[in-house]
Amino acid sequence: MSFLLTCPHCGPREVEEFRCAGEVTTRPTERPGLRELNEYVFFKNNVAGVHREWWYHRHGCGTWFLAERDTTTNRVVRTELPA
Amino acid sequence: MRLPPREHELIDRSKTVTFTFEGEPVRAFAGDTIGSALFAAGRRVFGRSFKYHRRRGLLCCSGQCPNCMMTVDGVPNVRVCVRPPREGTVVKAQNVVGSLDRDLMAVTDRIGGPFTPVGFYYKTFIRPRWAWPYYEKFLRNAAGLGKLDPHVTERRRVDHEHAHAEVLVVGGGQSGLEAALAHARAGRQVVLIDEGPEPGGHQLANRERIMTMRSLAAETAQAGVEILPFARAIGLYEGNLVPVDRGSTLVKFRAETVVAATGTLEQPLVFAGNDLPGVMLPAGARRLANYWSLRPGERAVVLTVDDRGVETARELEAAGVEIAEVVDYRERVPRSVVAKGRKQVRSLTVDGKRFDCDLVVMSGSPQPNYGLLAHARARVEFDPGRGIFVPVELPPGVEVAGEASGDVGSPAVPPPSHGEGEGKSIVCFCEDVTTKDFKDAVAEGFDSIQLAKRYTTATMGPCQGRLCHLNAVRVAARETRTDEGTIGTTTARPPTSPVSMGLLAGRPHEAAKRTSMHHRHKDMGATVFWTGSWRRPHSYSADPQAEVRAVHESLGVIDVSTLGKLLVKGPDAGAFLDRLYPNRFSDLKVGRIRYGVLTNDAGRIFDDGTVARLADDEFYVTTTSTGADGVFQWFEWWNAVWHMDVELANVTGAVAAVNVTGPNARKLMERVFDGDVGNEAFAYLDAKRGHVAGVPALILRIGFVGELGYELHFPSPHGEHVWDALFEHGAEWNATPFGLEPQRILRLEKTHILVGQDTDAESNPLEAAMPWIVKLDKDDFIGKWAIEHVQERGLRSLLVGFEVPSGRMPVEGAQVVVGGKSAGRVTSVRYSEQVGKVIGMAIVPIDLSGEGTTFEIRIGGELDQAVVRTQPFHDPEGAKLRS
Repeated sequence: MSFLLTCPHCGPREVEEFRCAGEVTTRPTERPGLRELNEYVFFKNNVAGVHREWWYHRHGCGTWFLAERDTTTNRVVRTELPA
Repeated sequence: MRLPPREHELIDRSKTVTFTFEGEPVRAFAGDTIGSALFAAGRRVFGRSFKYHRRRGLLCCSGQCPNCMMTVDGVPNVRVCVRPPREGTVVKAQNVVGSLDRDLMAVTDRIGGPFTPVGFYYKTFIRPRWAWPYYEKFLRNAAGLGKLDPHVTERRRVDHEHAHAEVLVVGGGQSGLEAALAHARAGRQVVLIDEGPEPGGHQLANRERIMTMRSLAAETAQAGVEILPFARAIGLYEGNLVPVDRGSTLVKFRAETVVAATGTLEQPLVFAGNDLPGVMLPAGARRLANYWSLRPGERAVVLTVDDRGVETARELEAAGVEIAEVVDYRERVPRSVVAKGRKQVRSLTVDGKRFDCDLVVMSGSPQPNYGLLAHARARVEFDPGRGIFVPVELPPGVEVAGEASGDVGSPAVPPPSHGEGEGKSIVCFCEDVTTKDFKDAVAEGFDSIQLAKRYTTATMGPCQGRLCHLNAVRVAARETRTDEGTIGTTTARPPTSPVSMGLLAGRPHEAAKRTSMHHRHKDMGATVFWTGSWRRPHSYSADPQAEVRAVHESLGVIDVSTLGKLLVKGPDAGAFLDRLYPNRFSDLKVGRIRYGVLTNDAGRIFDDGTVARLADDEFYVTTTSTGADGVFQWFEWWNAVWHMDVELANVTGAVAAVNVTGPNARKLMERVFDGDVGNEAFAYLDAKRGHVAGVPALILRIGFVGELGYELHFPSPHGEHVWDALFEHGAEWNATPFGLEPQRILRLEKTHILVGQDTDAESNPLEAAMPWIVKLDKDDFIGKWAIEHVQERGLRSLLVGFEVPSGRMPVEGAQVVVGGKSAGRVTSVRYSEQVGKVIGMAIVPIDLSGEGTTFEIRIGGELDQAVVRTQPFHDPEGAKLRS
């Protein structure tokens, strides 16, 4: 990976400053069955295209934020604080 | 050997330096390179080829080809044609047995044929099997380029820098300068990088153009363009990242626009003897004459497909070289060309007509240097009318200027090779691959260029295809009876030219963390070792057991500042922790402490520590030493997801911590703590604030090591003051510092787990024997559902304590064996003096987990008996902790 990422707090920075924590998943609200639990914990959509993912500004302000990034081109459509 | 002083020469004859070559002194002028100075001293053979050890002379004089690689001051593979000497520089030939002029390995050129066919390493040196060790020894010596001196102790300092440019122009020739100037005049911030000492490109070796280039360079600098000499782009990566090799610094440029003004790569022509010393590319001959005022030869033949060769002939004539013939391929393409000579070229025969000469200039196709563009996934197409590959589609943010774009006029197309059967016609100079090798490779079925490349190793040497890629493709096209467009190119990958590993690695970086008491530990004789990025005392003497005894019998002190320490504050703090931990904290009373493990949603344990409630809305959380950052990020992340009314602070570095423990711990606390430490006022698992030796502190009464203990947390800057006070006041009870190894023995006697040691990525709290910690009656917590599933399916294994009656010591990780099969493993093991036994913890199948059950473990290849102990070995009721 080699691109610039815009931290909502600090502005555009080298991607090396961040930790990517993977695509945004939704934690079930009710107890899931074993299959659903395993899907939530272990399976990712692994989209080839634009998806939403978590980033942490590890060598910066320590903000967790969301990015929409094209996984095939690393084009970052937008970054934002979680609503 | 030098010509009389010439206008525009790059050397300054008033200044000299002396270096040594093979032990002999060589004098050079300022502005010389090692290569030009050696040429001036009469040297014509600069290297020996990789496989056949053929003599090689200066070819390109521009740092592109492999011919002049030598070992300079112990560093192998330095291209001496572009390396300036310093006073005392030590230069040695490489890849020779003997000397450059008499290389014993040259025998491979004459008799090597049957032994070194294409792909020989798959074919010969295989049988007989028993001879392999001898072959291997020989091949290891013969293989590779240059030798690294294992005893070199010099450590070169290298750094990485990040830089930004609106426009980065790669290449300082005319078109690079013009592009930079245009962008700068359009108001953009422009950086131009060039490999050489000054911009100007190949026109610096053109006496009519040099002043024009210098004034263009001056104008460009005037317009605000930053010009970096001796700067080489090593690739073009995603997001227009261009790492630039500046010798001792790797500058990582991030540019909005990258302009590749990388010019052309002059291609050799393929004919028999085309690698003899004295056969040169146009730039090589021109640079010798015009940079360094050296006559490249006495009598020359020029073979050329375009004006470059014609111009070179003119320049050579001006330097006093007699031009015997100029063969212009635009008028007539010769069918057969053969160069002959032994130590260097002596004659060239073109279509049967022989010319005596000591210099042949071969100006093959001007191949646009599209390497960087290909890294950026530009599309490259073959132009059959000109016999070259040209870039045709560029990605956004990447531009190309000048000859690199294919703007090279209308050169003639030379044949892939000129005749057969008169000695070796070299296609790949680095790897000694001949036209015959290509013929054989295709005959053996390696008919795709990608396969032929790997099989012949053409294009895989130090020049990375600069001098051979085009010819390899064209020879392959002829042998497979197809065309170059169908064959296509091999994949261009970074680096574009060799880069030292040290430069990529950057400055050695060890993120060593030391606690504020570190130097006291050193003074007291501690052996310090790495635990994650922390430096911690292993023990303070050769006998860790003595430190264990001190804790059991009287008083021990250990620095636990490395523990992660987090403050969790806000109205939702209790509810927040309830959601993160399997156990409950919202009902914890202010001033009390509870142990907790952290699980993820797979129900797996990933950290543990204590949680103390400081106020209704404030908790003090400790984590493992290596888990501090991870746990803090985990907490912050869930806070970002849940948006609860809670604030987090990581105070790990700001707060030091010391555990004071042993039967006499209270007596010491009475001396140094300003509060009541009576067992009623300050009970087990109480947290109290006060002062220790005058320093504000939070005291946690906990007992990881199994004796009465107080964990003192206080501001880091007071570390040495508190440490000293504890030993001063504790001297009466012989206060003893103890390290991590004695602590590991002590905690094992209590079967207190170490996360990561006694747990792994599969461990859940139930099977780690901590059911009491899981509150499944809570609505939800991270990991709850997975732990419920474990409970419903039933436990399959259990973490238990064990002892080994035989007294033999298994290794940590030893197998637990059931019916001859591995069924679990030993996670921790130590000898405990206190217990008088070898004790440990192991993950065993659930049916072997009952108290007193015997199971087998593998010790040194044999099976031995171990006995399950489900209670702690030391103080099972915890009476000492509570006393």
